[in-house]
Amino acid sequence: MNTVWALSGVVIKELYRRKDFYVLLVLTALITIAAGSANFFNDEKIVTHLKDICLLLIWISALVIAIGTAARQIPAEREQRTIFPLLAKPVTRWQVILGKFAGCWLACGLALVVFYAFFVVVSGTREHHWPLLNYFQAMWLQWVMLGVVIALVLFGSIVFSAPSANATICFVVVAGILMIGRHLNKVALQQPEPVQSLVYVVYFLIPHLEWYDVRDLVIYDHGLVPWVDCGLATLYGAVYVLFFLFAGWLAFRRKTLSV
Amino acid sequence: MSVILQTDKLRVEYPSRESRQGTKVALNGLDLRVNASEVFGFLGPNGAGKTTTMNVLLGFLPPTSGTASLFGIDVRQPIARQRIGYLPENTYYYKFLTAEELLRFYARIFGLSQTEADQRIEKLIKLVELGHAAKRPIKTYSKGMQQRVGLAQALINNPDLLIFDEPTSGLDPIGRMKVREIIQRLKNEGKTVFFSSHELGEVETVCDRVAIIHQGELKVQGSVAELVAKHQANLEKVFLDIIGYQSQLVS
Repeated sequence: MNTVWALSGVVIKELYRRKDFYVLLVLTALITIAAGSANFFNDEKIVTHLKDICLLLIWISALVIAIGTAARQIPAEREQRTIFPLLAKPVTRWQVILGKFAGCWLACGLALVVFYAFFVVVSGTREHHWPLLNYFQAMWLQWVMLGVVIALVLFGSIVFSAPSANATICFVVVAGILMIGRHLNKVALQQPEPVQSLVYVVYFLIPHLEWYDVRDLVIYDHGLVPWVDCGLATLYGAVYVLFFLFAGWLAFRRKTLSV
Repeated sequence: MSVILQTDKLRVEYPSRESRQGTKVALNGLDLRVNASEVFGFLGPNGAGKTTTMNVLLGFLPPTSGTASLFGIDVRQPIARQRIGYLPENTYYYKFLTAEELLRFYARIFGLSQTEADQRIEKLIKLVELGHAAKRPIKTYSKGMQQRVGLAQALINNPDLLIFDEPTSGLDPIGRMKVREIIQRLKNEGKTVFFSSHELGEVETVCDRVAIIHQGELKVQGSVAELVAKHQANLEKVFLDIIGYQSQLVS
């Protein structure tokens, strides 16, 4: 495990020495504060809108950080050739993948903590109540979802040679799942065979990332998701993470590397 | 004397880009033996197969046939690399880390304890004379300083075998001298050093034995003194004779 933690430490250091995270945090803060300072049409529900905007920005920023960070990890190792002194040590390729995943996931977790801390301050100072458990649950579920996304992107970074192509494809896939994933079964019902079966297969195969989106519960104070459901969602995410990491390892272990 | 690095009938083929048919043979039946506590020079012209051999030894490239082992362990097993240090020709390190952070990272990979790592890092930074810059990001270093960080990371686990790929390439005369001194010091400590180089004068000075390969085949392997005595010429002349080089200026 030493190797995995060492590798993840480097990923975290890299992320926090780059400017992306700070830019996204400042951007989220500025947009939220600007939106919060305006009182559109004397709307009493301005706090609800404010929370909606802030959480949407957090979701977008977290996805950008997760996909951007994960997409460049292994291609950058190969392009800058840092993979060679690394693999010349007693390090397996599985450890490299695991270390990269752990680093990206922990880095995203740290970013989420900062983003949610800001969200708690913004919503708390406006609403004067602090449903911290709801916020924690929302953050946890988002973090689990980011784990699945990171594993998917890492797998993509081994399959596709260009990090930009991988990042774009993964972003489209993730956005697609988040927006239409839950409707695919209804779409399938309206299709003739064999398209119907095909859409059903896709519906049951894709990771349903939209299940992790509990923003509405937070925005409208609808209470907590049952903890059992939360645990099951975590387990469901873990299965997909392992699947993508394993697929990534299968593709990476036979890759020829030449100095 | 125990053999530390060994290859037997090592063959590596690549799919040829030039011809549609068949493959290109990068290494053809390479048999190498490197004994403990010797400095071994691995020589050959560009494209001879030196880097391919190193790629196989370090587990980057699987051989088409034949075997390669370090300390008697197949090179495909990561544990074979537990007691080696590798210095690549160019500096391939995380440039956003400082030298100290980079060394700490590699120390963790080798499972060194915090105290061990602290002592080792301090000693190595002193050895490669980077005390003044240890807390600066590597991206701010000159080529020579980066090469010295490379040397330090290769030594972090106190390895018994060091594999250097053209360690003095691109260095100024002082940098070369320092690397040579470090190789000499490692030899005095009883370490085994396996390195490729184009600097034949340097090889003649520091190596106990050499191997010369050309077009993927081992042409000669033996002690420097024997080769020089046998050909009654310096190593450069021996090398040129063996690879069949004929100066066009003479004609």
